[in-house]
Amino acid sequence: MNAPLRRLSVVMMLMFFALMGAATYVQFFQADSLNADPRNVRTLYKQYGQDRGPIVVAGESIAYSEPVDDAFGFQRVYTDGPLYAPITGWYGMYQMTGLERASNSVLNGTDDSLLLARLRALFTGAENDGGSVELTIDPAAQQAAWEALDGRNGAAVALDPSTGAILAMVSSPSFDPNDLAGHSSTDVDAAYSELLEDPDNPLYNRAIGGDLYAPGSSFKLIDLAMLLETGDYQPDTVVEAPTEYRLPGTQDTYIRNPGGLACGDGEVPLEYALQVSCNTPFAMLAVEHGEEALAEQAEAFGFGQRLNIPLTVTPSVLGQDLDDAQLAMTAIGQFDVRVTPLQMAMVSAAVANDGELMTPHLVATERGPDLRVTRRADPSVLSEPISAETAATMTDMMVNVVDNGTGQAAGISGVQVAGKTGTAETGVEGPEGTVQPNAWFTAFAPADDPQVAVAVVLEGTEELGAAGTGGTVAAPVAREIMQAVLDQ
Amino acid sequence: MAATVAPVRIRTGRAAELWLFLLSLVLGIGAYALVGLNTAEQLPGDFVRFAAVLVGMAVVLHLVVRWRAKYADPLLLPLVMALNGIGLAMIYRIDIGLVARGQEAGFGPRQQLWTLLGVAAACLVIVLLRDHRLLRRYTFTAMVAGIVLLLLPMVPGLGANINGAQLWIRVAGMSFQPAEIAKILLAIFFAGYLVSTRDVLTLAGPKFLGLQLPRLRDLGPLVVAWAGAILVLVVERDLGTSLMFFGLFVAVVYVATERFSWILIGLIMFAVGAGVAIWAFPHVADRFDIWLNALDPDVYNRLYGGSGQIVRGLFGLALGGLLGTGWGEGFPQLVPYANSDFIVASLGEELGLTGLMAILMVYLVLAQRGMRMAIGVRDGFGKLLASGLAFTLAFQCFIVVGGVTRLIPLTGLTMPFMAAGGSSLVANWIIVGLLVRISDSSRRPADDARGLVSTETALEIIGGAEPAGSQPADTAQPDPARDWDEDTAQTEVHRPPASNHQVAHYGEDEAGNGDEPTQVVRDE
Repeated sequence: MNAPLRRLSVVMMLMFFALMGAATYVQFFQADSLNADPRNVRTLYKQYGQDRGPIVVAGESIAYSEPVDDAFGFQRVYTDGPLYAPITGWYGMYQMTGLERASNSVLNGTDDSLLLARLRALFTGAENDGGSVELTIDPAAQQAAWEALDGRNGAAVALDPSTGAILAMVSSPSFDPNDLAGHSSTDVDAAYSELLEDPDNPLYNRAIGGDLYAPGSSFKLIDLAMLLETGDYQPDTVVEAPTEYRLPGTQDTYIRNPGGLACGDGEVPLEYALQVSCNTPFAMLAVEHGEEALAEQAEAFGFGQRLNIPLTVTPSVLGQDLDDAQLAMTAIGQFDVRVTPLQMAMVSAAVANDGELMTPHLVATERGPDLRVTRRADPSVLSEPISAETAATMTDMMVNVVDNGTGQAAGISGVQVAGKTGTAETGVEGPEGTVQPNAWFTAFAPADDPQVAVAVVLEGTEELGAAGTGGTVAAPVAREIMQAVLDQ
Repeated sequence: MAATVAPVRIRTGRAAELWLFLLSLVLGIGAYALVGLNTAEQLPGDFVRFAAVLVGMAVVLHLVVRWRAKYADPLLLPLVMALNGIGLAMIYRIDIGLVARGQEAGFGPRQQLWTLLGVAAACLVIVLLRDHRLLRRYTFTAMVAGIVLLLLPMVPGLGANINGAQLWIRVAGMSFQPAEIAKILLAIFFAGYLVSTRDVLTLAGPKFLGLQLPRLRDLGPLVVAWAGAILVLVVERDLGTSLMFFGLFVAVVYVATERFSWILIGLIMFAVGAGVAIWAFPHVADRFDIWLNALDPDVYNRLYGGSGQIVRGLFGLALGGLLGTGWGEGFPQLVPYANSDFIVASLGEELGLTGLMAILMVYLVLAQRGMRMAIGVRDGFGKLLASGLAFTLAFQCFIVVGGVTRLIPLTGLTMPFMAAGGSSLVANWIIVGLLVRISDSSRRPADDARGLVSTETALEIIGGAEPAGSQPADTAQPDPARDWDEDTAQTEVHRPPASNHQVAHYGEDEAGNGDEPTQVVRDE
């Protein structure tokens, strides 16, 4: 009977090898995908028990983990919660958002760049702590933007044109991430549903996502770039500028200039058209040059690109398959064209940076738990949408807008500011038929040595009414932000 | 006596056992301490008592073995002690997790009590059962008792349906799983029955596709076992238990007959039975669906019979990864039945792949030692019993761990020695007691008859046979035509053919139909 006994022993051995193989498959090969499974609450629980690294702005932690005496061991705390909420997001029991999510692997210490730190922790038996993330945010600019927006629905973004570093990113109204990072699920659920139901959508990061905005006249910067790049136009090139422009292919649909006013005497230099933001010349010129040229120019400025800064930026869009009438509308920032404030800031930044568009980014440095720098932002060129020559021309024309045109409210004494206003019809009508346009302003300063490029949008509300134009309500906000950056 | 070959000093292995016990205690008690330290930063409240009880059990087991089974395999008990200790630590750890979630706990102290009972049962087996061959007298008693136990849960008023399986009986508020005890009884029955009938079963029947098939009329017992397994499957709605019994039966039939065709026939019959069950019973079909599509959201979210449990177990294993979270640092309590059916997932989570591999190795070594004992032991009944018990142990691990790791469909079986549950723990300790007993006679040098059964006992075992002294002297050498194993043959060679050694052959067992001789070595 011993021969079958031996064979049975071999069978048993094979059964156990199969078990070890299955265990290896689950615990080693399949482990990553199982750990990433959204149904797996363990990952979250595990991270909750960890000392997560802080998010740092100018040496101050704006989000950090504090030891507490409960089942999880650590509580995430946000200083200045609402001010930074669109950036940090929150680290909750059921979800994480913002940088908490985008930089999660660094903050929880599992990032590949922290491998050495992890190995050290393994051998020293120390807790595997998270790394820290330092932002490019300039707290003065952030605070200035927050105060200037003053709770109104809108957003502001400021960039360093020469590096792409994001100096300010504010979305208003905001929320307190501390309410969503609590350890009591009832409290968190209540706070979360309240925010979800708020008609002002405080959870949206209006600066890079949410519902995109029609750019209005600020889009004319892209028209202008397209025109100048052809080489056929100069600031003093005289263009047709009628009071009304009947849209091609329609019987009685007209584009008029702001306020229905005439633009000069019907034929004006290009510079003047921009200065007072005439609609008809840009609409006519866009139709003349065609959708393809405009789309190419927009894409060169970053339209259609899904950027990760590392927050995911909703791509700005031009609209597709436009007929001439639609193209004319698009050229003045209406119809289907939708942009993020970040996108408009990028347009100004490219002009400010001699035509080179730097990749926008929020994270300056990442450090391991031992505070050693593991990754440093490396400014890179995203694209070159315009030539240096075009950039110089556009700068002059934008300075003219602030000095003599619609953007005078953005002027800073002693500093040359280059900017462009925008007032986008939203189609939303307020009481008594008043329209409530979105007000835009994008600018950079100083014009000769740009330190900051901004874009501001304010949603039309009853309060602003029809009087709320880019020049009157958005430009002052932009001025405050630029001033804050330049004051340092 | 004038030995022609110098007797080799046989190591009893008791010293090795003592050291291994020490190691196993360090594992169990250390794990218990770590659970406390990692969860509450202090030793568990009953730590000293726990350690004392574990040490006490090891000391008692060691002394009992020294007293009554000197040559027993030194690995068996320490291995089991290690598994039991680690299991206790994990059950205590899950208690802590359950309390933190506000659920009912308290499995730890109960399991400690059951461990004491199990160890006591194993000691009783070692002390009272002086020779495993005594059990052969109860071949058919064991069968009847085993079947009765298996059917007990079906008795109205006594049986308890827990989670859809009619596997438990409830007496005086305690639930008990009779199938665990039935497992031992049926192993005794199979061994006793097959050792008597194996010659008949081995007779060649028709040949088919190069396979030597058994004669049709000899298929009878296999059909009965198959029907029993299917009955268990159908009535008690438990695929795991049914699979375990059938595996046990096929394994011992194969060992007894050496006919591969029996295995094949057995597998085909079980596959047919299982196929019909899948077709006829939705809960069996669900198991297969869960197995194949565990991660499918539809299957996962199904209210009843979904894959939530197994997938949560997989999440736990994945979190454990290579090195595990460490004792008390994971979240095993998130899996339903984390301390019983899914204790393997809990261990894999906190001890990692490394720890799980080590535990599997312990089981494998344990089962392989059992097989080694089967090879070494001199009587056919002992061989079949030891291999049956050892294989059941291994097969049970395979079904449980395979189910948790999604190698095979998940069925409800307990992990021997680790899972919370009294009946399983006590039954498995009894199995270890039996293996210790068999290993003692397996490793005992032929010369050393100390502690072996007396002639009277031997006669009692065999029942009504003539006294050994009346046998002719030339029967001292075994018949070469018989199926003696190599190890026995070697022992025979080493033994000087002196007159004071007598090997007696008795042709009849108590059932009167066996022709396997029972060999008794006597030293006067």
